[in-house]
Amino acid sequence: MTVVVDVDGIHKSYGGVHAVRGVSFRLAAGEMLALIGPNGAGKSTCFNMLHGQIKPDRGRITILGRDTTRLDPRRIWALGVGRTFQITATFGSMTVIENVQVALVSADAALAWRLGALGTLKRAEAERLLALVGLADQAGRPCGELAYGDLKRLELAVALSNDPKVLLMDEPTAGMAPAERIDLMRLTAEIARERGLGVLFTEHDMDVVFEHADRIMVLDRGNLIAEGSPTAVRHDPKVREVYLGGGSTFAAETEVAAPAPGGAQ
Amino acid sequence: MQTGIGRRMVLAGALGGAFMAATASFAAAQTIKIGEINSYSGLPAFTEPYRKGWQLAVDEINAAGGVLGKKLEVVSKDDGGKPADAVTAANELVSSDQVVMLTGTFFSHIGLAVSDFAKQKKVLFLAAEPLTDAVTLAKGHKYVLRLRPQNYAQAAMLAEEAAKLPAKKWATIAPNYEYGQSAVAVFKELLSKKRPDIQWVAEQWPTQGKIEAGAVVQAIAAAEPEAILNVTFGPDLVKLVREGNTRGLFEKRAVASFLTGEPEYLDPLKDETPAGWIVTGYPWYDVKIAEHAAFLKAYQAKYNDYPRLGSVVGYMTMKSAAAIIAKAGSTDTDKMIAAAKGLEVPSPFGKIVFRASDGQSTLGAFVGKTAVKDGKGVMVDSVYRDGAAYMPSEDMVKALRPAD
Amino acid sequence: MAFLIVQALTGLASAASLFLIASGLSIIFGVTRIVNFAHGAFTMIGAYLAYSLTERLGGAFGFWFGLFAAAVAVAAIGAATEILLLRRIYKAPELFQLLATFGVTLMVQDLVILAWGPEDLLGRRAPGFTGAVMILGQRVPAYDLFLVAAGPVVLGALWLLFNRTRWGILVRAATQDRDMVAALGVDQKWLFTSVFALGVFLAGLGGALQIPREAVSHSMDLRVIVEVFVVVVIGGLGSVPGAFLAAVIVSEINAFGILIFPKISIVVVFLVMAVVLVVRPFGLFGRPEAARRTTPGATIRPWQPLGRAGRIAVAVLVSALAAAPAFAGPYLLSVGAEILLFVVFAASLQFLMSVGGLASFGHAAYFGLGSYGAALAVKWLGAPMEAAILAGPVLAGLGGILFGWFCVRLSGVYFAMLTLAFAQIAWSIAFQWVAVTGGDNGILGVWPTAWASKPAAFYWLSLMVATVSVAALRILAFSPFGYRLRAVRDSTLRAEAIGIDRLSTQWIAFAVAGAVAGLAGALYAFLKGNVFPDALAIPTSVDGLVMVLLGGLETVSGAAIGAVAFKALSIWLMSQTDYSKLVLGAIIVVLVVFLPKGLGGLADLVRPSGTGRNDASGSSPSEAAR
Repeated sequence: MTVVVDVDGIHKSYGGVHAVRGVSFRLAAGEMLALIGPNGAGKSTCFNMLHGQIKPDRGRITILGRDTTRLDPRRIWALGVGRTFQITATFGSMTVIENVQVALVSADAALAWRLGALGTLKRAEAERLLALVGLADQAGRPCGELAYGDLKRLELAVALSNDPKVLLMDEPTAGMAPAERIDLMRLTAEIARERGLGVLFTEHDMDVVFEHADRIMVLDRGNLIAEGSPTAVRHDPKVREVYLGGGSTFAAETEVAAPAPGGAQ
Repeated sequence: MQTGIGRRMVLAGALGGAFMAATASFAAAQTIKIGEINSYSGLPAFTEPYRKGWQLAVDEINAAGGVLGKKLEVVSKDDGGKPADAVTAANELVSSDQVVMLTGTFFSHIGLAVSDFAKQKKVLFLAAEPLTDAVTLAKGHKYVLRLRPQNYAQAAMLAEEAAKLPAKKWATIAPNYEYGQSAVAVFKELLSKKRPDIQWVAEQWPTQGKIEAGAVVQAIAAAEPEAILNVTFGPDLVKLVREGNTRGLFEKRAVASFLTGEPEYLDPLKDETPAGWIVTGYPWYDVKIAEHAAFLKAYQAKYNDYPRLGSVVGYMTMKSAAAIIAKAGSTDTDKMIAAAKGLEVPSPFGKIVFRASDGQSTLGAFVGKTAVKDGKGVMVDSVYRDGAAYMPSEDMVKALRPAD
Repeated sequence: MAFLIVQALTGLASAASLFLIASGLSIIFGVTRIVNFAHGAFTMIGAYLAYSLTERLGGAFGFWFGLFAAAVAVAAIGAATEILLLRRIYKAPELFQLLATFGVTLMVQDLVILAWGPEDLLGRRAPGFTGAVMILGQRVPAYDLFLVAAGPVVLGALWLLFNRTRWGILVRAATQDRDMVAALGVDQKWLFTSVFALGVFLAGLGGALQIPREAVSHSMDLRVIVEVFVVVVIGGLGSVPGAFLAAVIVSEINAFGILIFPKISIVVVFLVMAVVLVVRPFGLFGRPEAARRTTPGATIRPWQPLGRAGRIAVAVLVSALAAAPAFAGPYLLSVGAEILLFVVFAASLQFLMSVGGLASFGHAAYFGLGSYGAALAVKWLGAPMEAAILAGPVLAGLGGILFGWFCVRLSGVYFAMLTLAFAQIAWSIAFQWVAVTGGDNGILGVWPTAWASKPAAFYWLSLMVATVSVAALRILAFSPFGYRLRAVRDSTLRAEAIGIDRLSTQWIAFAVAGAVAGLAGALYAFLKGNVFPDALAIPTSVDGLVMVLLGGLETVSGAAIGAVAFKALSIWLMSQTDYSKLVLGAIIVVLVVFLPKGLGGLADLVRPSGTGRNDASGSSPSEAAR
């Protein structure tokens, strides 16, 4: 099995808050790895460090054999890392297909500095990606008109435009209707397997997590407290302590944390 | 009103071409049009009295039969205080309104911009108020004349009085732009020539319109000068005087001050006018020149207001323009240029002459001392200084002015 | 030593009214996000009203009551402005309120002259504070000491207001997060109105308190507004203590700076601001602006390149314009050329603002550098016109590369203010470096060569340059680079995540916009025959902003329409009336209310949304403005 991401003892503090304390893990090609934990556990900080938005205080991150600890997001992208955001980040003033075209053209040095119009550059490829995520019929629509779930799909298409080896997905299904969630994660899992993509994702919806993850890591107050197969994690006493200690259940957690559709803003 | 006709014609011009051309040539047959540009919207306090002055002159000229048997008409434009807009206005006056000459302007840089335009278009420009020496010297040319006594002359008048003072340590306060800089430079040069013993101990260059008066007064006081030269004016002067009075800067110190005796600058100081400053200006209430009495009477009768210096400048601008055309017997630019050389024109301050070598008029200024009378600032002990005695010498003109 | 202490006190006294006015502006911006250009105008009205009231009422009570009543009256005027004007346009693109308040400012400038006359008015001295107090053997005006105390008192009062009252806590919460306060069910309308009134009250009070120190004049507003903006930005937007500290720093540097460099006050505030912003991109006490929340689902119409019909229409328009010399006289042609050059200038700014999402308040710098580049080439190198016109964009482009490197590191209003600071620094160099630039007397004699000296020839040259420039900027906007620029504007996070470097992308855009503005400036120098520091002064920058906003911030080339409308109107009005500002201001205010998408947005009114090819993206206000 090929390791695509190797995280070795990363730390991050903000002021006095020690958000991530020595987290280490590996992600293999073709694997769906979930990172879960209560709010404030340090999931987003981990993601942002992997993606280069934040630099770790200590530790080392290796992606596809390269030390990326100090690299910027755009260099990490160039290595072959796609990313979707917890709150969707798309180009609201463009059409759906233009969103994908920009990503494709920017990755192509020969096209990036052409002075002619973007027009049909990489259009066929963009259409293929949109078809892959099920947005083919929406290609010409203004991005700002899309339903929230479709925006999440668009993000996935954009993230895949670089033919990445690693996909970082921060709450990919937040704000989606339950049926849509399952669709999107099934699609992601298929792509991961087909293309040998390593996928790291965080998720509040435990149904999604236990359904689609090959492996689950549990983060609590900056520490990795458990790691293993869904079944192993489900029965890990430390995990139960973290989630159930406050008297809540997995189900309750899901209710509280998953925002109502469209209400994530 | 004369300007009304001009404006309506411009409106026509904006609407269509041919009609305007017809109207213009029709009107041109009966009137002689003079173009006039000033900072009416930007500096109304100075340009309103100026406008009243030239309107009075135009009334008088037309009442006396006009010029060359035609009525004199002034087409007046605002320059918004910007040289670029002044050039636009000049262009409109010359190209659309077909004026025979340009007059006006207050700011030095706008005067220079219009002067350069006039040179390019070969149109005569009678600069009314800009003070910079460059208008007639370094940037002088045959198409430009100037009415008001220039910076150099103002400095020379003040330096003459300043040299009589015992003070040996002088400080200067001047606005930080060409006018202030050249006023200080000329004053220093002329005074030091007369009094080699004088030391210059401090200088302050507040930004025009933004003086930090308290800090400036403190800084000047710290240098302990015996006398001070002030070139600031307007709102800056008001602040400087208030701070200086409160902090005692002017006590036991002589002050020489550019233009402060002009009603435009003196009136706002009211009862806080510092006493005993040596100033140039215009004490309209105390002018003992016969011609002035008639001007004052006519002005007060027409406007029920007293004249400012700008009124006299505006009045003389149109009187001079009419005199040039009358002497030339034509509105041909070259003939007007020839006529202007050495032209004598009667003025409220007595006869003035446009010098042949640089086009500068010999209009002078009053030098006197400030005082407070009935809660108002006034000039006392004032003497009229003829500009002829203080303007740059013919040698200077030769040295500084480019050949035509 | 005594001297230095007294100098410091003098600085503190100057800081007081600067702080009052600045804190008002800061509070208004913090909550409503309005860049209140009319703040200086409100200060001026405060001073005029205080003058009238104190003259009329007389006596010590009359004086102090007069000052206070003036400030209250200004607050009432401010509240009325907010309710009648600004409230209607909160949903318009960001900065559109700037245009509205700019219109108000223009009107006020003429209205005060109509109401109070053109002459400077010297108010009374403050009863009880007329004389001086001896401190360490030096006389200090008693009123200065009053002001030194007044600053901290007002700061304290504001602190109590914001920390000890429910209203104040709401205001602070709204400064942090407007949407959240709205979500909590607070009536935002009245919160905004009351905040605006408070801010304007402080402006009025700051103006009224100046009565005993300076003459009231109709030019106060512009002097005040720029300086106060700088103070607010140095302190950090929305931070009242920051405004206080910044006012003190600026005033003290000025008070002591003139002892060493007597000419420094012309540029000191801008130097301080540039240094502060380079070191601290959000001012001294400011915080990074919270990432704007985009509103998915808002109707957005993406830009489209011109279709066939559009291209034909443009070709017809250009041909018609090219035929103008057949019937227009030399004056109209010169005016036409001037308008066309401003089309180029406005188009370059629009490229930066609309495509790049970078609102520059100092774009005049590049226009002016272009003018100076051309003029200096003529004056010092004896260059022919053709070469000198190229020197303009080169110098402006280099300026854009230099200043842009610093500016693109910031965002939002901080970016805007740093561009302003650099423009003012460039202006002061042109103004002060007399040996090279001729100082404020400018460079004369920059006339076109023979073939271009006829008005028709120069008009055609300008038309060609305008057509090519606008077309080139459009092509660039729809090129992959233009899309990357928009990508960075729409979502920097996403752009970086697909490998687009924000800094270099925006830097290139900045330099391109600068070079194109420089081209306009170079031709402008030849049109006017001269160049003066005015070319890079604030009013030129403001004119550019107004043209873009008037044309429509959400369009690709609406600025061209805005430039034609604004420039033609202002030239015509200036030719027709001495009250051109009053009329122009009123027209702008009316346009703002009825055409919140600018003249370029007119197309939206004609075509129902969602159909046809259209320039206007019609995006939600936040998106296009970011």
